[in-house]
Amino acid sequence: MSPFAQNGVSRNETILYQSDMKDFADRDVDFALDELIVCPQCDAAYRMKKPGHGERAVCQRCHKVLIAPRRNAGLHIIAVALAVLFLIVGAAVFPFLTIDAAGNKNAVSILDAALAFSGGPMIFLSLATAGLIIFIPLLRVLLTLYVLIPVVLDRPAARHAIPAFRLSEALRPWSMAEIFAIGCAVALVKVADLANVGFGPAFWMFGILVVLVIAQDSFMCKWSVWHRLEHPKTS
Amino acid sequence: MVCMASSGTPENIVTARELGIVACKRCTKASPMGVDRCPRCNHKLHSRDPLSLQRVWAFWIVGFLCYIPANAYPMLRTQTLFKVDESTIIGGAVDLAHYGSYGIAAIILFASVVIPLAKFWAIAYLAISVKQNINFSNHRRQFMYEIVEYIGRWSMIDIFVVAILSALVQLRTLASINPGPAAIFFALSVIFTMLSAQAFDSRMIWDVRAKGRSRTS
Repeated sequence: MSPFAQNGVSRNETILYQSDMKDFADRDVDFALDELIVCPQCDAAYRMKKPGHGERAVCQRCHKVLIAPRRNAGLHIIAVALAVLFLIVGAAVFPFLTIDAAGNKNAVSILDAALAFSGGPMIFLSLATAGLIIFIPLLRVLLTLYVLIPVVLDRPAARHAIPAFRLSEALRPWSMAEIFAIGCAVALVKVADLANVGFGPAFWMFGILVVLVIAQDSFMCKWSVWHRLEHPKTS
Repeated sequence: MVCMASSGTPENIVTARELGIVACKRCTKASPMGVDRCPRCNHKLHSRDPLSLQRVWAFWIVGFLCYIPANAYPMLRTQTLFKVDESTIIGGAVDLAHYGSYGIAAIILFASVVIPLAKFWAIAYLAISVKQNINFSNHRRQFMYEIVEYIGRWSMIDIFVVAILSALVQLRTLASINPGPAAIFFALSVIFTMLSAQAFDSRMIWDVRAKGRSRTS
């Protein structure tokens, strides 16, 4: 009989049960550890019951999504990551916005915008901006590809795949491409009555990029990746 | 082994700490108490990080100190044909309101004054609430923490707007926009409040109730 309990809950959610969690304290801890999952947000401990594809395991107390596997998620993420890679390079190089007022024209790329702060301590701001909107998203895409390609091909994990994935997760809040995109909208509203503003090819690339970055983050089930990195051949 | 299909009343939640287990904050792997680093991802393990609150307050104070010059110094230097205009964050919004753009003025005030101040208040409130028994439900505080973590990054939008404007509006004599010294302080303030929110160990939110429960029962 399965020691795991599950009931039909709405919204395809698998509820993890902990009705007999107290038993774990008496049993050999080493044996029990692999059967446990702990919510990183509120420290509630549960017995593992791996949800099926498309289902989600949610913490009962703080409602954090703990496991959310999807069918072929790895392939989807790799495909999206490759698209993001090309779009970042393209969006950084091609002209992004053009301005035209009384015969004076100016075209800028995203790199120009990032490097707009010049002189003295403003250099720091330029480097930070360039990092937040181009280099950190780029690094995260490269790390994701490096970690996931061997996993999806059922090969042994790449060398240093675990620190690579850890770095990629640590950089997640610092990847601000989508915030930059909304910033563009605000800036355009501010300049619109001053001059004619036109969109370069990079603008549309950047728009697609933002959607893809968000999609990529929502496909990724971190628990599944960690699990696969730890047990490369089994599951 | 029989499993009760209970509806999951939160009062019955057993924490990893009560089981003598430490969970990795980064990869969620469970380890026995006393293990120093996560065997899977090598992240430092703490059942509750003892330095969490100190770091929260340290980053909070630096962030707040940076926020003061961010408002006092000009954010944008606008140069038009005959005059140079230096405007602070609030001054810029007031100017926009004078020209009749009440909507944009409100958005700017909300994004760069109301949200940062609310964030400082929320982080301070959360940090105080884990030390003292405050009559505010854990779910609400968890929700507040999630909002602070989510909104924190979005304050950077101001800096990006300044960056785009100063790169784009360089029309020689006609008009040019350059960043003012407030931009760097505002960016630092956002970065430090993000670090402050990240240093907060959200598991402490739920410990207060657990303590209260053991006192009542």
